[in-house]
Amino acid sequence: MSKIYEFPKSMNNVPTHYCTGCAHGIVHKLIGQCMDELKIVENTIVVAPVGCAVLVYKYFKADGIESPHGRAQAVATGITRVHKDKIVMSYQGDGDLLAIGTAETLHAANRGEKMVVIFVNNAIYGMTGGQMAPTTMAKQVTSTTPNGRDTDETGHPIRGCELINSLEKPYYIERCSIHDIKHINKTKEAIKKAFEYQKEGKGYCFVEILGMCPTNWGMDPYSRTAINWVKDEMVPYFPLKLFRDKGVRTNA
Amino acid sequence: MKKKILMRGNEAVGEAALLAGCKAYFGYPITPQNEIPEYLSTRLPERGGVFLQAESEIGAINMVMGAAAAGVRTMTTTSSPGMTLKQESISYLAGNELPCVIVNMVRGGPGLGNISGAQSDYFQATRSGHGDFRSIVLAPENVQELADHTIKAFELSDKYRMIAIVLGDGYLAQMSEPLVLPDPVKSAPERSYALTGAKGREQRIIASLRLIPETSLDAHNHDLQKKYAEVKKNEVLFDTYKTDDADYVLVAYGLSARIAKQAVRNLRNSGIKAGLFRPITLWPFPSDQLEALSKKTKKMLAVEMSMGQMVEDVKLSVKGNVEVDFYGRTGGMLPEIDKIVERVKSYE
Ligand code: SF4
Repeated sequence: MSKIYEFPKSMNNVPTHYCTGCAHGIVHKLIGQCMDELKIVENTIVVAPVGCAVLVYKYFKADGIESPHGRAQAVATGITRVHKDKIVMSYQGDGDLLAIGTAETLHAANRGEKMVVIFVNNAIYGMTGGQMAPTTMAKQVTSTTPNGRDTDETGHPIRGCELINSLEKPYYIERCSIHDIKHINKTKEAIKKAFEYQKEGKGYCFVEILGMCPTNWGMDPYSRTAINWVKDEMVPYFPLKLFRDKGVRTNA
Repeated sequence: MKKKILMRGNEAVGEAALLAGCKAYFGYPITPQNEIPEYLSTRLPERGGVFLQAESEIGAINMVMGAAAAGVRTMTTTSSPGMTLKQESISYLAGNELPCVIVNMVRGGPGLGNISGAQSDYFQATRSGHGDFRSIVLAPENVQELADHTIKAFELSDKYRMIAIVLGDGYLAQMSEPLVLPDPVKSAPERSYALTGAKGREQRIIASLRLIPETSLDAHNHDLQKKYAEVKKNEVLFDTYKTDDADYVLVAYGLSARIAKQAVRNLRNSGIKAGLFRPITLWPFPSDQLEALSKKTKKMLAVEMSMGQMVEDVKLSVKGNVEVDFYGRTGGMLPEIDKIVERVKSYE
């Protein structure tokens, strides 16, 4: 009998601190599986954000550092510039990456820093209790937009991949979602490709993943409500697509 | 004997960083310290090091954090408003116990102020950031010391896994003076914390989040305080000039100390027994030495290129043994020798 599933060897087998139904658990597992398949965990340095994923380094058998809020890609820049042979992963949420850390994000991308950026977009500030994020949808109710996000007052949700795609140097940019098995598998392929490119010493790889925060969306984690909200509300505004893959272009 | 060469303050800092084995520099343009990144932009890569102009002061200090975590000697340089921008990450560096060197060529404030030399960053150097932590602060008075202190800052920073700040000012940064370049530093310490990839060992984590109040954050702060007590015990630096028989002691650091020294000479020439006490480490502040001196002194006068910052530490140090007066100019103005002399004469 062959084994069809095992806990990723690259991960520490400890309970996570995430809520039931949270996107981070799924994304972590996909990263762990990719690290296993590429045998890179011992060569990887994880940079954690401030946000729900602040403890991300605890879950991988990799070296890790916590960054100040929004500064993960600047910290990752310092590491990747010193350790040119290492794989550096910056794991960030929407408030971290696209609000307080917008400058660090755009400039690391613009310099084409050699790193994988895993951007989990759940349209809300999770850890601080569900305030409006830069990616909060129009009319979405949050603790600081109790009547729904008013785009006249606060603007529209920012599309990260599209911003990064306006720059010359990024190597690989893709937006994925984890609202069903098919898309989870596609997300894994994207994460794996990003790590493969790092292994080959290629440039900046940005993978945005649309995911659920049932807790702060006020939804039942055991039903499909939150998952459907990703599919029905987020995906139409944040199109799932491969924005750029320089690896394909050069291979072709 | 090694040859004396003429160098501008900023360039001396750049050269000293190379001699200290700095392997990664990150900075953002701000006057009056721009010659440091300009110098290192070619010299550091020539030696296989990393030079990167960051997108912001915040970016620069966080890149420094990354490089320090990666295990190399690293530095950023800035001037006053830039130093303020770095404060959040300075606290993270302290919480993470990561070593690095920050050179602050102080300019006049508040706000945009101006680009002349000033000493109005004493507070933000010695009492910086959020949380209970300390950074080592060295205050050079000439270009020679700028170079020497830069090297010393790297060594102290590695020795204690702390931030070491070299607190210069816009005038020191821009003045050219003869100096003897210090010897290159040969070895850097083992870094058991460095993130190098977990191959063949347990993972290493550098983090300042300590969620459990009693067993983690409170305990960590007590450990930090123990380390700071060691620094206080071992690393206090100061200089004295004619204080042995002095009735009046001027207290000044950096460029102000050079001015105050001339005032002491002038006072002595007119028969007044004046002396100068110069703190070289602003943290740890030479409190015990100043207290001892206060017991045989009639009055002290703190002289600063600020509206009165270090004077608070002088007052705390002397524990009321002696009255402490203050004279300061700021915003690019220098304390005037005649004014100092006049003030001390008024004590007679
Ligand atoms: S608050 Fe939201 S993002 Fe944070 S752990 Fe809970 S479900 Fe996940």
